Amino acid sequence: MKVGLGEADRIVVRGARVFDPQVGLDRVTDILIEDGVISSIGDLSPSQQAQVISGKGWLVVPGLYDMHVHLREPGQEHKETVRTGCAAAMAGGFTGVACMPNTDPPIDSPGVVRFIREQATGLPVEVYPVGCVTKGRAGKTLADMAELAVEGVTAFSDDGAPVATAGLMRRALEYAAKSGAVIVEHAEEPSLTSGGVMHESAASTRFGLPGWPAVGEEICIARDIALAEYTGGRLHIAHVSTAGSVALIREAKRRGIAVTAEVTPHHLTLTCELLSTYDSDYKVNPPLRESRDSEALLEGLLDGTIDAIATDHAPHARDEKEVELISAPFGMLGLETALGVILTKFVQTNRLPLERLIDAMTVQPRRIMGLPPVRIEPGARANLTLIAPNEDWVVDRSQQSSKSINTPFHGWELRGRAKGVILGQQYYLA
Amino acid sequence: MPDSAPRDSRELRHMLGLDGLAPAIMTEILDTAGTFLEVLDRPIPKVPSLRGVTVANLFFENSTRTRLSFELAEKRLSADTVSFSAAGSSVSKGETLLDTVRNIEAMKVDAVVIRHGASGVPHFLSQRIDAAVINAGDGTHEHPTQGLLDIFTLRKECGRIEGLKVLILGDIAHSRVARSNIFGLTALGAEVKVCGPATLIPRNVESLGVEVASDLDEGLKWCDAVNVLRLQLERMNQGLIPSLRDYQRQFGLTREHLERADREIVVLHPGPMNRGVEIDSDVADGPFSVILEQVTHGVAVRMAVLFMILGHEREEGRG
Repeated sequence: MKVGLGEADRIVVRGARVFDPQVGLDRVTDILIEDGVISSIGDLSPSQQAQVISGKGWLVVPGLYDMHVHLREPGQEHKETVRTGCAAAMAGGFTGVACMPNTDPPIDSPGVVRFIREQATGLPVEVYPVGCVTKGRAGKTLADMAELAVEGVTAFSDDGAPVATAGLMRRALEYAAKSGAVIVEHAEEPSLTSGGVMHESAASTRFGLPGWPAVGEEICIARDIALAEYTGGRLHIAHVSTAGSVALIREAKRRGIAVTAEVTPHHLTLTCELLSTYDSDYKVNPPLRESRDSEALLEGLLDGTIDAIATDHAPHARDEKEVELISAPFGMLGLETALGVILTKFVQTNRLPLERLIDAMTVQPRRIMGLPPVRIEPGARANLTLIAPNEDWVVDRSQQSSKSINTPFHGWELRGRAKGVILGQQYYLA
Repeated sequence: MPDSAPRDSRELRHMLGLDGLAPAIMTEILDTAGTFLEVLDRPIPKVPSLRGVTVANLFFENSTRTRLSFELAEKRLSADTVSFSAAGSSVSKGETLLDTVRNIEAMKVDAVVIRHGASGVPHFLSQRIDAAVINAGDGTHEHPTQGLLDIFTLRKECGRIEGLKVLILGDIAHSRVARSNIFGLTALGAEVKVCGPATLIPRNVESLGVEVASDLDEGLKWCDAVNVLRLQLERMNQGLIPSLRDYQRQFGLTREHLERADREIVVLHPGPMNRGVEIDSDVADGPFSVILEQVTHGVAVRMAVLFMILGHEREEGRG
């Protein structure tokens, strides 16, 4: 079997469990892909002129989509580039990623959008740049959102920071509503969180570290929900981290307000007590919270309050992270571990149905971002993730595809990992 | 308690903090400090215990008494010492903290005594260098030798720690002294209450095993000893207290407070003091004050800590 990147007119995936709840498909069978399109699903006779991928024991699902990553290019190529970020995405089983606009320059002009897309050409990963809400992410005036929408930008965010004022958020929701775009909010009220490096809690008191309280997130979400209701605009809350936030979003959805939300694997599995080591790989924004928050996030994911799982993949160079905790930048890697962590902690333990994983990692994020659905059915463009659900592996940061190594999951023993992706005629096999 | 916490003083490789430190080790440090206190009263107050050992004192944050106290402790034990002072972060000078410390370690030092404005720096370094790391104050986290010298002083003055009632007064949220006192005192069986403006009491402080005294008089009526913390004046600029006057009226320790409490209360202060703000001069210089004794005890306690971390190693090396 060919390993790494490849391209073929005819690809056969043989003998895998093909699972797509959207079309009621769950059986061990073969898939034939011709010219990038799924031409048939069923037992196939051997073919001489096809790239054959032996899928025995594997799971084939619709291509995973990560709606929240940081590719760092342009401007911070020492942390990650579009290509290394895409390599990490492929290794993690993602065929599509939305990259956040806190680059340098930020993604607030068509030129930057085109530049990023060009960097990803030839890879089986589609990169969807998210545009800035405000020019330069400066929080002063709206970016040229309509012009960016012409370039295919379907989501806007000042991620890394919240939309600076309620007035700007109102205008952004109103303005984006015309094109059907969504405003992705990094919910944080800076006057409550400034200086905070971890969740304000018994742990922050014990460790003597400045706190970033849950209410610092919740007050911003409450503001934005009120504005979404008032304007009728589409609001998406990024990386929800607190039980209170889940309750606010649940109530907003009950009232029919157009709000969606995502959760990260790290907020589902890690808690603030891990900062006892002062290891900056655990420093992330929003911060790791308490176990009761993680439980509430899982409940929210199960009942649909939280729509999607996204990684907030945030690479940082080793020398930037290996400093005093208070000086280290926020953020941790996620692309290469997300699937394994979710499978191990929630699917293998029967706390999350596999069907919901597919929903949260491909169906919902694509819907929120206004992208067409990906289905495994004849006639559809091939967009597949190949998974070895029973493979045991240990996360080793030195073996990752990302340019950075700041993963908090280093050393974790996981069961289930991505083995490859197929997008059209292109494929990647680990 | 961290999994790696030493259970026995022979496992004590660093002094990072009192959180999770076994009570038996703390008691051994206090007992050892008692013997070193006697050394300090000798005509030649010096012992050869750490001859051949090199200690680097790295002060990334201003300090007078802690730095001098450590230097004296090292010299009294016959260690070779080098000192480095750098206000502010090494990062602002273009070199990372880790590079700075690794360079110093490469000069073959056995231990680093470090003060730094960022919480967790001693922990961070202890995982990355071979030398012993002794925390001389990290951010708003811990100041373990100050905690130990306060406990040593209390034990000497009151004859016990078990069951002793100690009030910690002032800016608890930002005080490394408060944390080390709380961890050490509660581990040794004392009861601790904290008192101060709500804006300077950390949320969930009860999780550290202490209670909050709602006002100073109530706290003083309850306690056997009060540890008065320095009010860091920049807190006023941060809006955490409205004015010095307002703070002084509510939480400044005066002779009248002590008279109203109508009991003998030992008064501690880690210094430097803002006289007339958190403590009045007639209290600081009054009959119940042990503030200068604390300073003397500091040298003995630091000798004990250095000896227990570096002395065992020397003995084993000789064996």
